[in-house]
Amino acid sequence: MGILDYLLKKNKPSSSASVAKERLQIIVAHERSTRGQPDYLPLMQQEIIDVIRKYVDIDQDQVSVQLDNADDCSVLELNITLPDAK
Amino acid sequence: MAKIIVITSGKGGVGKTTSSAAISTGLALRGKKTVVIDFDVGLRNLDLIMGCERRVVYDFVNVINKEATLKQALIKDKRTEGLYILPASQTRDKDALTYEGVEAILNELAEDFDFIICDSPAGIEQGAQMALYFAEEAIVVTNPEVSSVRDSDRILGILQSKSRLAEQGKAVKEHLLLTRYNPSRVANAEMLSVEDVEEILAIPLLGVIPESEAVLKASNQGSPVILDTESEAGQAYQDAVSRLLGDEVPHRFLEQVQKGFFKRLLGGK
Repeated sequence: MGILDYLLKKNKPSSSASVAKERLQIIVAHERSTRGQPDYLPLMQQEIIDVIRKYVDIDQDQVSVQLDNADDCSVLELNITLPDAK
Repeated sequence: MAKIIVITSGKGGVGKTTSSAAISTGLALRGKKTVVIDFDVGLRNLDLIMGCERRVVYDFVNVINKEATLKQALIKDKRTEGLYILPASQTRDKDALTYEGVEAILNELAEDFDFIICDSPAGIEQGAQMALYFAEEAIVVTNPEVSSVRDSDRILGILQSKSRLAEQGKAVKEHLLLTRYNPSRVANAEMLSVEDVEEILAIPLLGVIPESEAVLKASNQGSPVILDTESEAGQAYQDAVSRLLGDEVPHRFLEQVQKGFFKRLLGGK
């Protein structure tokens, strides 16, 4: 392998292995955060959004639903960013 | 009292059965009385990898249904002293295994054996959950490849929530076994490295098995690859078994083998 090859290799944007690692870190972190949630949660989240949409125009990403389990008590946290009133 | 170890992965084709055969043989070679159970009901394959497919008379489901005794169903390995195989059933009824039935068999085996190795089926369905439910330790077989790593993470989640120990508020001891590792592709940044996979899954490394022609050769012959002591894969499995037994053994075969001058000249592999 010549010195040119070596330099070219160094300058490559990113290797396929590092792309794989990055993609995995993101998806694994996402899946871990939803682990242990009840199966009905995504559907319930969608229905809540649909109800709110009947009255206010909001996007999917303006709503965050989080379920926290602490000891024997679960807290369902619903955060909705409402658009500025016009 | 026996130690129950599940060999699992989520994804299929990553080397669960190969690893189950190799590790159970390795434990028996180290003088531990070992039984390896095939939990893959409907798709029995461990018998073929262990080379005892023509000696199967009764199986796991027969014992659960009390159509045969455990003693009748256990196959004594012809190569390795102190090693027994409990083959899976070929029945298509996926509900053939029950928690009560499996527990009773494991309890009976625990009286006689030092190690009970459970070869899990692929997937996260009932069969895989049954295989891991009673385990005290889990060997998660992973290939350095995105879908395998992701599935391993999912199976770790199940181990941490749906195993018997988890239900008791305790933890299953987890081990990472990285298989089909190709150091030269890792050196070229074409394959996830050991460190990458360790960082993502965050569980202790039991061993790294290099991709090796010896594995296919061993399964062709129905002889666990650990018995091929000349091969790198066989030696890597021996190291993994030593670590499982608590020995401190350095990891081998992680670096690309430098071709010698003559080999390069002659274009040898």
